[in-house]
Amino acid sequence: MSAWDLIVVGAGIVGAACAEAAARAGLRVAIIEPGPIGGAATAASMGHLVALDGNPAELALACYSLQLWDGLVDVAQIEFNRCGTLWVARNAKECALIPLRIRQLAAAGVHAEQVDAQALYRLEPELAPRLAGGMHVPSDAVVYPPAAARELVRRAQHHGAQLFAGSRVDGLLEGGVQLDSGERLDGPVLVATGTTLQQLLPELPLCGRKGHLLITERYPGLLHHQILEIGYTDSAHGTSGSSVAFNAQPRPSGHVLLGSSREFDVTDSAVSPDILQRMLERALEFVPALGGLRALRTWTGQRPTTPDGLPYLGAVPGRSNTWVAAGHEGLGVTTALGSAAVMLDLIRGRRPAIDPRPYAPSRMAS
Amino acid sequence: MNATVRLYINDVPVDVSAESSVAAAVLQVVPHCRRSLGGQPRAPLCGMGVCFECRVKIDGEAHVRACMTPVRQGMRVRTDV
Repeated sequence: MSAWDLIVVGAGIVGAACAEAAARAGLRVAIIEPGPIGGAATAASMGHLVALDGNPAELALACYSLQLWDGLVDVAQIEFNRCGTLWVARNAKECALIPLRIRQLAAAGVHAEQVDAQALYRLEPELAPRLAGGMHVPSDAVVYPPAAARELVRRAQHHGAQLFAGSRVDGLLEGGVQLDSGERLDGPVLVATGTTLQQLLPELPLCGRKGHLLITERYPGLLHHQILEIGYTDSAHGTSGSSVAFNAQPRPSGHVLLGSSREFDVTDSAVSPDILQRMLERALEFVPALGGLRALRTWTGQRPTTPDGLPYLGAVPGRSNTWVAAGHEGLGVTTALGSAAVMLDLIRGRRPAIDPRPYAPSRMAS
Repeated sequence: MNATVRLYINDVPVDVSAESSVAAAVLQVVPHCRRSLGGQPRAPLCGMGVCFECRVKIDGEAHVRACMTPVRQGMRVRTDV
């Protein structure tokens, strides 16, 4: 007999969301987390809830998940702020990409509107002169990710889940897990360990993709929307060794969060002055006033990245009663709740609300 | 006798010794420099540039440490930012 209906390994935003969904559905859930809740990629991330439209499967998961985030709007501690996203185009060529993106978003149920240069500066007066226009997505939002992970774990516990805080899973067993304490837990296992996935599931290819962030002192009212350059999607989906793309986010507190960078094959957590400089030069091209702000802190994080950029959601091939939800790259906060809903349906043998096949881990086994 | 300079703390003119810090000048007008995120008043604690509790806006530049900044004639200082 199984002691647990589901053993969730990892309490980042994805594991926390899976545990919450499962516990709310009445499953007996164990959550194993050796470190702080949401303490790795979740804590390092920007917390942008964005309908990212570069890949149809990614967009479907994001949009499904965004609807679920609407249920957490009123939870004060997660700092939900529906600031919308303003995608900025520098020239006519970038503007020409916008109508197609608006159609793709509309097909996924997300309203977006094209804005001309005049409207662009009305929305964000501090943008650099001579930009061409942009795309406004009013329903996008930002949250404070580690607080969201904590809230999801709290809710899971409210529904009876047990948190094994400070415990590490040393290995997967047939029908359970081995904890570092020597204790064995029996039941189906869901591995949601992000960048450390391969420690437990070495057969699923995944690597870290390093990112830098910088947060400024408080400058309330300077920016009003999450601002991204149109080319951000190319940076996110590209496979080049290193890239930067402009991304600025006004936090509700008045702090301004600046990104972004992407680097493969850099495993250390040190802030690279070269990358930081490139990232900030990029930011100044779009918002020159950022140059007059005072930085408070810089840090880095690792995005859990699969070879095709899509997460693993589903059964692990060749193992019984073993599930995986990991590899969300830079979109794990946006897609956590949708991922959890898909996982719960798969685990219970139900048909998910969106087609789960693009995320099936078996795509890497072939 | 020391020379004095005139500066403005929240538009209030203040005459202080030319060797004063902005923090000393501010405290002649208001008992604090800034507000925390929760709205609580904050005043100079360390007085030597470490605690950052004395930040004010000086001539339009936000988050300047008042304790580390000498006064200048005509300076315009805003607290509570």
